[in-house]
Amino acid sequence: MTTLQSAIRGIRPLTGRGGERRPGPVVFLVLLWLSLVVAFGVLATLIVTIVLEGMPQFTTRLFTEYPASSPDEAGARPAILGSIWVIATTAVMTVPLGIAAAVHLEEFADQRNWFNRLIELNVQNLAAVPSIVYGLLALAFLSMLGVRDKSIVIGGALALSLLILPVVIIATREALRAVPAEIRQASLALGATPLQTTWRQTLPAAVPGIATGTILALSRALGEAAPLLVLGALVFVSFDPNGLLSGYTTLPIQIFGWTGRPQAGFHELAAATSVLLLVVLLAMNAVAILIRNRFQKRW
Amino acid sequence: MTSITARKGGPGLASGHPASPSPSPSLRGRRRPGEALAKVALRLAAGITIVTTLGIVAALLVPSLGFFAEVPVSDFLFGDRWAPRFAEASFGVLPLVTATLWTTVISLAVAVPLGLGAAILLSEYASARLRKVLKPLLEILAGVPTVVYGFFALQFVQATVLREWLQLPTGAFSVLAAGLVMGVMIVPTIASISEDAMSAVPQALRQGSAALGANRMQTTLRVVFPAALSGIIAAVVLGVSRAVGETMIVAIAAGNQAVVVTDPLQQGQTMTGFIANAALGDSRVGSLEYDTLFAVGLLLFCITLLINAISIALVRRFREAY
Repeated sequence: MTTLQSAIRGIRPLTGRGGERRPGPVVFLVLLWLSLVVAFGVLATLIVTIVLEGMPQFTTRLFTEYPASSPDEAGARPAILGSIWVIATTAVMTVPLGIAAAVHLEEFADQRNWFNRLIELNVQNLAAVPSIVYGLLALAFLSMLGVRDKSIVIGGALALSLLILPVVIIATREALRAVPAEIRQASLALGATPLQTTWRQTLPAAVPGIATGTILALSRALGEAAPLLVLGALVFVSFDPNGLLSGYTTLPIQIFGWTGRPQAGFHELAAATSVLLLVVLLAMNAVAILIRNRFQKRW
Repeated sequence: MTSITARKGGPGLASGHPASPSPSPSLRGRRRPGEALAKVALRLAAGITIVTTLGIVAALLVPSLGFFAEVPVSDFLFGDRWAPRFAEASFGVLPLVTATLWTTVISLAVAVPLGLGAAILLSEYASARLRKVLKPLLEILAGVPTVVYGFFALQFVQATVLREWLQLPTGAFSVLAAGLVMGVMIVPTIASISEDAMSAVPQALRQGSAALGANRMQTTLRVVFPAALSGIIAAVVLGVSRAVGETMIVAIAAGNQAVVVTDPLQQGQTMTGFIANAALGDSRVGSLEYDTLFAVGLLLFCITLLINAISIALVRRFREAY
């Protein structure tokens, strides 16, 4: 309570309600608004500049053509397909694993056990590790297995899976925690085993929260480029990826590649691809928020 | 509190049966091998996270040992010339560290005031309806991919704003442009965590302050802010660790010349920028060039771990429990 005491000492008594209209508080409020205006102003500028720059190249060619040496013939078809392959593989690897880990921690783990406490601390730490380090991890792992060409779908998906696993675990745990204990107690009282209770009562009740968290995590993976860059994903891909061992490129990597080219035409392509990526990400976020608002039960 | 096994057979149930420390078989029902197996599987899934951490440590440490066998640690940490690909190679990491320091400091100079301002407005001033509009907007800001921020930093902030409009003496890249845009990227992180911290301050404190005649600004700055300090520190520190680890913005807009940065209008290569750029060149597994990537990665990992540890210590130091 020392803060409160020192705070009280610092307050000069004011008479009446005029305190809010003094120059100090008014300037303060203006500064607060200014900080939001600046942040959203930058967001608006970003969107307007990339839309304006990308418009000339935002045509059907972007979806149907392969990268080319001339910007007016190039498209992002392999990058679109590559992103779909990598994110689908990431989802298949991460979602069951993340939910299982969260169920263990939230429903079955004895919090006094040192192993479980270690896992908890560890998940929080992993969430703060820079994404590029996950790229180095996947690079070292693939080297250890003796893989020569590390730019393959399964390699990229491995790095992204490990990157978003802590995010999925944390979101799932929060969703499970929001399910009231009475549901579990009622199920147990009717003779269900703990596992049946989890599978038939707790998990179904938590599905909206889990879905929201998972979609947000996958949208983060979709926009991520650094770990894939470390795995050498920046190559000239002029074919459709067709399997887990296939070479690939993704939308963020393609944007990075085109940004580095000297010709202005490629910068327009990078902007057009950025618009596409932003639209997809916004749609994913909107779906996640919709699920949260529509299906989340208030207990 | 919702753990099932912790309660089953734990003190909660056993207290009803003081005579029997463990429930008799008839009370426990039929044994279910499938159930036990499923629990082991769940436990293994949670264990993957530990394997990941051990994997990161091993993946960074093993090649780094190879690197430090050839380059003395002191040359690496205190050398001021970074030229790993030159014939006369030099591995002083200071140029990379100074560039990281510049981009981090510039981004925090943007993100801390903007993020805290937004958090105060949302938590102390905004109506519920306004908050419902502003929070999703902040989430959009957090959802923009970093490669798009990088493109914006290079094409608009550096080329148009700094060079064309302000006529500043700067080249195609600068740590200033990268840092400024990175700051905007970090705003939502700082805003949302410190808003949570300020919203958690009990209403009674604000009412007490108002009853003593304080206006809203005084209440915010002298009562709510100190009370939420531990959460605010956690938010800022998380911002620092995101700035240090951010890759794409600096790889695109900060440049790729590893020189000791003395002026923010200069270009520079950060630690993450080096890893991203060096990975583009195909380096043979086991070569010194390949090991260099991991040595820099190890330094980056140690710095983020250190930042996290400082954060935990500061949060404990300033925690106010209500």
